[in-house]
Amino acid sequence: MKRVYPIEEYCIGCRLCEVACAVSHSKSGDIVRAYKEEGACPRNLVEESGAVSFCLSCRHCDTPQCAAACISGALRKDASGRVIYDEARCVGCWSCIMACPHGGIRQDVVRMKIIKCDLCPDRDVPACVAACPNRALKFEERP
Amino acid sequence: MLYQPLEAAYYDFEIARDPARCIQCRVCERQCSYGAHVFDEALGEVRSLSAKCVGCHRCEAFCPTGAIRIQRHESDFRDNALWSPQYLKNIYKQGSTGGVLLTGMGNSQPYPVYWDHMLLDASQVTNPSIDPLREPMELRTFLGCKPDALQFDEGGRLITRLTPQIPIAYPILFSGMSYGSINLRVHQGLARAAKELGILYNTGEGGLHASLWDYGANTIVQVASGRFGVHAGYLKVARAIEIKVGQGAKPGIGGHLPGEKVSAQISVTRMIPEGTDALSPAPHHDIYSIEDLRQLIYALKEASDYQVPVSVKIAAVHNSAAIASGMVRAGADIIVLDGFRGGTGAAPTMIRDNVGIPIELALAAVDERLRQEGIRNQVSVLAAGGIRCSADVVKAIALGADACYIATAALISLGCTVCQRCYTGKCPWGIATNDPYLSKRINPEIAAERLTNLVRAWGHEIAEMMGGMGINAIESLRGNREKLRGVGLNEIELDTLGIKAAGK
Repeated sequence: MKRVYPIEEYCIGCRLCEVACAVSHSKSGDIVRAYKEEGACPRNLVEESGAVSFCLSCRHCDTPQCAAACISGALRKDASGRVIYDEARCVGCWSCIMACPHGGIRQDVVRMKIIKCDLCPDRDVPACVAACPNRALKFEERP
Repeated sequence: MLYQPLEAAYYDFEIARDPARCIQCRVCERQCSYGAHVFDEALGEVRSLSAKCVGCHRCEAFCPTGAIRIQRHESDFRDNALWSPQYLKNIYKQGSTGGVLLTGMGNSQPYPVYWDHMLLDASQVTNPSIDPLREPMELRTFLGCKPDALQFDEGGRLITRLTPQIPIAYPILFSGMSYGSINLRVHQGLARAAKELGILYNTGEGGLHASLWDYGANTIVQVASGRFGVHAGYLKVARAIEIKVGQGAKPGIGGHLPGEKVSAQISVTRMIPEGTDALSPAPHHDIYSIEDLRQLIYALKEASDYQVPVSVKIAAVHNSAAIASGMVRAGADIIVLDGFRGGTGAAPTMIRDNVGIPIELALAAVDERLRQEGIRNQVSVLAAGGIRCSADVVKAIALGADACYIATAALISLGCTVCQRCYTGKCPWGIATNDPYLSKRINPEIAAERLTNLVRAWGHEIAEMMGGMGINAIESLRGNREKLRGVGLNEIELDTLGIKAAGK
């Protein structure tokens, strides 16, 4: 399956991927409203230390430990390979966050539920990948 | 506001932020390497410090909501035709520092731009124009010394021994920018683009990084007064060797790459100790005459087994024509004229803005002189310094150039906004910097694509303009000044350019 791969060498740490993610998953889809009214919250995170940076998001693992750890059945692996998150079932216990070896799941502290990358199922290319100004994110199939 | 130095009080740019659109994403803060945007944790918002802005527009380009606009910050001093604000600001700065004013890029002063005073011809009625989309149009040309005559044996085979020739698919080359003044990623982009386009890029005087040796067939290596990174392998791997005598942005003076920019990689490539200043002397200490130049040219030809042409680059100055004649007679296969608008990573402002002459005049004078002396065929002439568009290339070729060098235009295609702060090493566009955090901003793959697009686009336009003039090969345009007419020029300028006035 196609996944989002960060390329450290080209990530410039601008965090436009975070903005794109937050807007793309906002109610209005409008950047200003999303941030000013809807409490936009990106599902990815740019990790940064000095000159090294990269965009971290859910890896959609082959054997997702988050799904195994989820106490309410909110996370599961579907046939396409994506790790699907059912927000209605999430009880905000953060077990998945502790189980995830990558740090790919984030807290939405307003709604006390998790948020994570859904690979933008309605788009050809995830919003973060499309927004990266330096092609530091690739959406591709890798062996 | 507490007291601050005068030069800081009268700053150049104002950062206008539209609070209705700003989403506090802090992209501007991260993009600015001059600290002009800071996030105020207490207020929970980004504040802009306009005094620190250099006008590079990186934040404006990256702001996802278009909330930022960089404007001039003009304090209205009392009108004075002599003491314009720029002179005042310079003096305040020097009063504080006691130092030489530094700048980057080429001459920015409002001297005449002769390209804008020349117009091209087009075919009407008496001669047919050519549609480049339907008929072949040759943009390819060959760089190198051409023989006075060709001799063939009875079977029609060429018996004249030709000196090395370099075919280039477009009459456009990327001119010298050293590894050090720009970073390796830009060099990688230039090298890849040159290979893709079938043209050449020039290493500048900073040597050739080991990772770029594979692009040797598309590389002109430079031998400058500091001799950085020059060794036998360097000379042999290249397609041409260029002796840099002068540079349009700073004729008559040398270069200085500060020690803090000499990183491990640059140190290895330049063959100097890490962290030491890389000083290029003003003259070549072994060239004090045309005869000395000849010795160096032939030393380089010897070192490269006579397999590649040797080019000599000079800044366009007052006696360029006589100097060029000497360069040809010294054995140069290619001569490069770099006009005063040619860029640089760092130059004293006074030198940049007051030394040298426009490339248009130097080019016309050199071409004319070499023709008069019957030696024009012995050399290819490259025009450099302030070529902004394909029409400038066409005009330069009609004035007598074989091809043009572009560098500022190439960097602009990568995002450069000609803010002229290259010498700070903090280029927010990731071009004129070796800071690992900033230089990541250039992705060689994107750079190569953009450079390739630029040259291809110019190629299409050049073909269109040539077609309109009824010319189907770039070599038929070279020195074809009948295709140019001057507007708004006086008799002396028309005479120097060797063109008629429009209407004649």
